Amino acid sequence: MSAPARPTARRIPLKWLVPTLYILFLMLPIYWLINMSFKTTNEILGGFSPYPKNFTVDSYVEILTNPAWYMGYVNSMIYVVLNTVISVTVALPAAYAFSRYRFMGDKHLFFWLLTNRMAPPAVFVLPFVELYSSMGLFDTYWAVALAHCLFNIPLAVWILEGFMSGVPKEIDETAYIDGYSFPKFFVKIFMPLIASGIGVTAFFCFMFSWVEMLLAKNLTTVAAKPIAAVMTRTASTSGYELGLLAAAGVLTIIPGAIVIYFVRNYIAKGFALGRV
Amino acid sequence: MLELRSVGKRVGEETHLADISLRLEPGSLNVLLGPTLSGKTSLMRLMAGLDKPTSGTVHMDGKDVTGVPVRKRDVAMVYQQFINYPALSVFENIASPLRIAGKPKAEIRATVERVAALLKLTPYLDRQPLQLSGGQQQRTALARALAKNARLVLLDEPLANLDYKLREELRAELPKIFAESGAIFVYATAEPEEALLLGGHTATMKEGRVTQFGPTVDVYRRPNTLDTARTLSDPPLNYAWVRKSGRRLLPELADARQPDFDEIPLPEHYAGLGDGRYALAIRPHHLRLHREGPNDVELTGSVVSTEITGSETFLHVDLIDRWIILAPGIHDLEPKAMVSVYFSRQDIMLFGDDLKAADTAPLFEGA
Repeated sequence: MSAPARPTARRIPLKWLVPTLYILFLMLPIYWLINMSFKTTNEILGGFSPYPKNFTVDSYVEILTNPAWYMGYVNSMIYVVLNTVISVTVALPAAYAFSRYRFMGDKHLFFWLLTNRMAPPAVFVLPFVELYSSMGLFDTYWAVALAHCLFNIPLAVWILEGFMSGVPKEIDETAYIDGYSFPKFFVKIFMPLIASGIGVTAFFCFMFSWVEMLLAKNLTTVAAKPIAAVMTRTASTSGYELGLLAAAGVLTIIPGAIVIYFVRNYIAKGFALGRV
Repeated sequence: MLELRSVGKRVGEETHLADISLRLEPGSLNVLLGPTLSGKTSLMRLMAGLDKPTSGTVHMDGKDVTGVPVRKRDVAMVYQQFINYPALSVFENIASPLRIAGKPKAEIRATVERVAALLKLTPYLDRQPLQLSGGQQQRTALARALAKNARLVLLDEPLANLDYKLREELRAELPKIFAESGAIFVYATAEPEEALLLGGHTATMKEGRVTQFGPTVDVYRRPNTLDTARTLSDPPLNYAWVRKSGRRLLPELADARQPDFDEIPLPEHYAGLGDGRYALAIRPHHLRLHREGPNDVELTGSVVSTEITGSETFLHVDLIDRWIILAPGIHDLEPKAMVSVYFSRQDIMLFGDDLKAADTAPLFEGA
């Protein structure tokens, strides 16, 4: 099929307009958040101002020097990394089994995994709090990391299975014929082939664990309090420190933005659960 | 020696392979010939140990290896798809089975370099397989199989995905390359021409059964069933049902396109045959457009279509049935034109009502 002649730029003079408006629309809340983070609380409450009149970085200084604030980030980071490592490690062999073997009920089990992702986390708050309290896991990094596995492992299995099924089974067989043992084959031959898939999976686990607030907040009190919980506490106890909250919000976006940069080329495939 | 004793493979309700017995000698080249889904790959997987037969046993040098996993077998295999380890360099790809076997470094280097030179891969040893052309990728896979120096080498349509030129080239080299290793070679293909070019022994397969096994030329000359003859014939074998009475063969006219069809005199080598219903088969290249001897049989029919490849012409002609004639040179005949077709009675093959070769004396003893 020959492509029809493209309409020339002259015929649609304002074709840049719609995407520009759309991007502005998307960027507006982020701009407003950044805008707020450099204002004083008085200015924020004082009325409409499209840019900071009294530019200040006090909010950032406060967050980065006060342990009550920055430990929130540290705590979040610890359980998110823990969760990502657990999820990917557990999901790799599971996804391999789903991708390579047929067994009784495999399709049902595979779908059931995904339905775990559909249950609202609120449902699990009560059982988790009770269970972890009685086991002495309450208010630890492990509590949150394990709780997040509930929805991250199924997701990781689904994404990894998609990537693994893209690798021909004959590669596995050739490796066995060559004499590779399963663990050696898996680490030396197979994992490099799905490296981008592992990266994308880790990104999704990281993201979902990082943005999840309900479980993280309710399973911790002091020692492992995540940033999301710190933010809400500040709003309720010390009046409205909106500048601080905005700065905390900006700092919360940054880790995700950094991680997304590394997997930017594979994100679409990840959203399609590796099935592109 | 690899020996299969009445091996069968069922998956659920489906029978993939049924009652196959074969003995493959060391240093021999064995072709598995059959159309797609005839069970060539299934059979190879059993030989390799990738799958377990549901019945029967596999013996290697007299030892039962039926349940032995593929890692413990001394096997190499090359697939139709170009299967290499994409994350490793060509050198490491070829060296991989040797490294796993724990061979000393110097020996690995020497072997890889020797094999790479043989398969013309020396300039590409540092590249990644996916940076190579299809032919070079398949050469890498072949080199790995060769480097392993296994006792059983399985090649599953290794040239099917290559373009014509490369296929010709590699096909000519393959038997030479592998000949000195002394291994048992099994080569699966769907092309009769490839089986004949490779020589060695051929096992023809149909619907999960081995229909005949023997030296390729014997199988070609003396097929024991009509199915075998059809499997080992390209372009397709011409055949028609005839009735033998005395010294004459009369086509069953119900299906014939030519009611005024002449009877065919019985070839001498079938003189001892009893009267009855037979399938008369003749290969396309045995049909000619000119008379060669006074005893030639002549048939007349109208041309349906012609395909000219340059050095040869395929003529589809309505004779007893729609038959194909492979004639050398260019014959640009219009459709519907009447042509006379000649053949020697010696080239006729007859198969009985049960499709078995109708030999008065059995010329071929079953495998």
